[in-house]
Amino acid sequence: MLAFAVRRIAISIPILLLASFIVFALGVSSGNPLAPLLAKNPPAPPNVIAAETVRLHLDQPLIPRYFSWLAGLLHGDFGPSVVSTVNIGSELGARFWVTIRLIALAMVIALVLAVVVGVLSAVKQYTVTDYTTTFLGFLFLAMPSFWLAILLKQGGIEFNKAVDAQVVYTIGATSIPPPPGTGAQIVDVLGHMVLPTIALALISYASWSRFTRASMLEVMNSDYVRLARSKGLSRSTVMVKHALRTALIPLTTVTALDIASIIGGAVVTETVFQWKGMGDFLLNAIRTEDVYAASSWLLLTGVIVVVFNLIADLLYGVLDPRIRYA
Amino acid sequence: MREVAPTPETSPLPAPGTGRVPAAEREFTVGERSQAQLVLRRFLQHRAAMISLVVLVLVVLLAYVGGALWKYHAGEITPDNSQPPSFDHPFGTDAVGKDQFAQVLRGTRISLQVAVLVAVFATVVGTVWGAVAGYFGGRADSTLMRLADLVLTLPLIAVAAMLAHNFGGTWYLIAMVIAVLYAPYVSRVSRGVVLSLREKEYIEAAKALGATDARIILRHLVPNALGSILVNLTILVALAILLETALSYLGFGVQTPDTSLGLLVSEAQTALTTRPWLFYFPGLFIIVIALTINFIGDGLRDAFDPQQRKVRQ
Amino acid sequence: MTEDPLADSITPTMPRNGAASDVVLEVSDLTVGFPSDDGLVQAVRGVSYGLRRGEVLGIVGESGSGKSVTSLAVMGLLPGNAKVSGSVRFGGKELLRAPEAELNKVRGRNVAMIFQDPMTSLNPVYSIGFQVAEAVRAHHNVSKAAALDRAAELLELVRIPNPRQRLENYPHEMSGGMRQRVVIAIAMANNPDVIIADEPTTALDVTVQAQIMESLQLAQQETGAAMVLITHDLGVIAGQADRVMVMYAGKLVEVGTAEDVFYTPRMPYTFGLLGSLPRLDRPSERLTPIQGAPPSVVNMPPGCPFTPRCPLSVAVCEEVEPALAPTTGPEHLAACHRSDALVGATPGDVFETDVVDTEALAHFVRKTEGQA
Repeated sequence: MLAFAVRRIAISIPILLLASFIVFALGVSSGNPLAPLLAKNPPAPPNVIAAETVRLHLDQPLIPRYFSWLAGLLHGDFGPSVVSTVNIGSELGARFWVTIRLIALAMVIALVLAVVVGVLSAVKQYTVTDYTTTFLGFLFLAMPSFWLAILLKQGGIEFNKAVDAQVVYTIGATSIPPPPGTGAQIVDVLGHMVLPTIALALISYASWSRFTRASMLEVMNSDYVRLARSKGLSRSTVMVKHALRTALIPLTTVTALDIASIIGGAVVTETVFQWKGMGDFLLNAIRTEDVYAASSWLLLTGVIVVVFNLIADLLYGVLDPRIRYA
Repeated sequence: MREVAPTPETSPLPAPGTGRVPAAEREFTVGERSQAQLVLRRFLQHRAAMISLVVLVLVVLLAYVGGALWKYHAGEITPDNSQPPSFDHPFGTDAVGKDQFAQVLRGTRISLQVAVLVAVFATVVGTVWGAVAGYFGGRADSTLMRLADLVLTLPLIAVAAMLAHNFGGTWYLIAMVIAVLYAPYVSRVSRGVVLSLREKEYIEAAKALGATDARIILRHLVPNALGSILVNLTILVALAILLETALSYLGFGVQTPDTSLGLLVSEAQTALTTRPWLFYFPGLFIIVIALTINFIGDGLRDAFDPQQRKVRQ
Repeated sequence: MTEDPLADSITPTMPRNGAASDVVLEVSDLTVGFPSDDGLVQAVRGVSYGLRRGEVLGIVGESGSGKSVTSLAVMGLLPGNAKVSGSVRFGGKELLRAPEAELNKVRGRNVAMIFQDPMTSLNPVYSIGFQVAEAVRAHHNVSKAAALDRAAELLELVRIPNPRQRLENYPHEMSGGMRQRVVIAIAMANNPDVIIADEPTTALDVTVQAQIMESLQLAQQETGAAMVLITHDLGVIAGQADRVMVMYAGKLVEVGTAEDVFYTPRMPYTFGLLGSLPRLDRPSERLTPIQGAPPSVVNMPPGCPFTPRCPLSVAVCEEVEPALAPTTGPEHLAACHRSDALVGATPGDVFETDVVDTEALAHFVRKTEGQA
């Protein structure tokens, strides 16, 4: 299994490098990061401009710039940011932890909800329950995530008004300044997480529950489920031990492979709720033509996706004895 | 061939072949239907898909015909500022006085146009991409599919934002960007279909008759892949609309003076409590378009491959 | 033979000798229909039979004749949209409309089933040992270890080598023939009174078929169960079955002992089936393929469903569907208006042996030779 993992990572490296190069090239060609400086009135002094040009390597051609950035990565230097006071590496690191907790919790909630609803839908096929959950699933799939997030934000505000207390927060990832004491801090973080997590989870849940339903239906019609029934096992035993167990296997893969779109969803959600996470980092980097920031962001995201894909494959091997990585 | 004579004289049976009613006179079987007819019939029976089709057509008519005939144009500034919905302005007006009905219809037109462009471009590129990879296999296959993996590895909205930022804010450029990012999905599907069909006997037969590779791909593989591709297409188109509106919401998509439903929502988010009509109508239209397309896709899936009602033999 | 007024009672295929308590499974007027786009598919149309303790009953018919559906109805394993009527009694207890809890007491314990495709019958994620032990633990409160012991015992009975090691194997690590033997072991696990084998060898190579039939025989001897052997292959029936039932278009068309049906068939369809078997001892004999295809069982016209393919059909065959009636003996029944005409006939007498269009064949050969 270890050899398989190493092989997979080795294959992914060229892809990541290619992706990072394309993004780097895009960033370099997109515009002059010093444009705001030049457009100022009165314009910035020429020595400042010259210094910035050198600092941001704007005087170098694309290929050497790219390779020196790669070389820098090897010892933790992510390159100069347009904002000179910012260290891309540490900033990105801090923001990673902010975003990852949102993503992780949203994925767990979405998964649990999807399995419950998907199985229920499949077992009660063609009943009112099935039609309702199917329709709601379709509705959430058609709903723009930003629109939903804004609605939830408003809902949170109304809820707070109704209970006359600040239970859920609608702005930021934590209160500034944070409340004293670890307990209060944890509650504060959770309070900030409620609405964005719901927003992010609902849309993943919708597609995963459809998938679970389809997977369950297919398994329920299989020969081995029929044989299990012929043994005289109870309905629930057959459903859980035989049907669900095998139906869940492809779901784990789907879940892990969706990580890229969940990260995308997090970008939007963070924007609505004004979190200082990875989403905000990227959008800023693009707006300010911050090549190194954007490329570093992409590399980090690429690594996350590769790791998740690897976990998906390994998990599949654990769950399905037919797949064994010798 | 040896002849075996029946034993005529002693047998009380009539000779074989007589005493039998011609088969044609007895209707034992159900009428035959062609594949296309079956698919169409099943689609027409799918209620949700049919309703959605009608609604979608109405929306298209409203956006184009309605928009053209409407007394106000999108972006036209009227003296009525921040008006709630009325007969004169069914969707109200914004702070500057622009009629929201016209604005929403315009955003709808943009979304529909993006949808069509993405559909056409992503399908054409993706299908050929996957078909070529699947058909030729080997080096070509792994290179092309690595390329597809590359695109699919990344969060699309991030890459779309970068590309859109680079290439500008008109709707067709945004649509092209989205199409390029979705083509790999289609290529995966088309490659899968080609791989499953490649070994089928009629491909060998076509080859034996001397068909060239191009002819085989176009005349045999693509029509058979049509079902899967069509179904996936509807999913992609719905996703494309959501992606375009999200990009526009974030400020990286369609830029003013053009408008998009996403842009309208972005402008309205602070006014949710004071002027809710600015927020709800654009969102509603996005939902309706995406929902109807999804249901149509569901109907197509059922029409091409009905699973649920299959009788266990 | 005197006319017995009871011959046309509800279950005319009930074995007449032997006490009623010898009958373990009693099927009466079983009818199964499936709603479809084109109408109701009448898969089974009024089938009745009795299964005696310890006997082997063969059910023969082509695809679509309803033989599998009959057995699935007995086990209560039909899909939810099936419309079932009639009666299936096991030991006097009605199974057809029984609640799930009642059915589960009978399934796997008194009535067990062996399915057609061993490649998909076993759950791929559980070990063989687990799946066999599960069958035991479903009806007996024993420890996991005890159940696994019994599982090893069962695997040994079906002649699987190294049974102890095999307990830990997964289905994909075994060949089709071995997997089918595992399925047989599962069916045997609780010493059932009835084992239904639904086309147990159809999905397997001919070389493996004999081994599986042998395992089935062992299973039957070991458990003393009555066996229902469903197949489309007459060769499989011969030598195994005590009694044979022939099904066509959802109904029984001939019932009798194996000797009756094989040596003195009284229904043209049976004739056709027998005549289409290649025989090693009469190699120069022409085979008799039955022309045409089985009818659709939706919206069936009146009369005998075999009529369009039957060389002996007359006017009454199109109007009245024949009922099962005794022919050579009270327990040899055939549903045919013209069964008397079949006395002393051979298949070659009834069916044409010359059904190939030789002229078209010659034409095709000439064309393709030119292109080689």
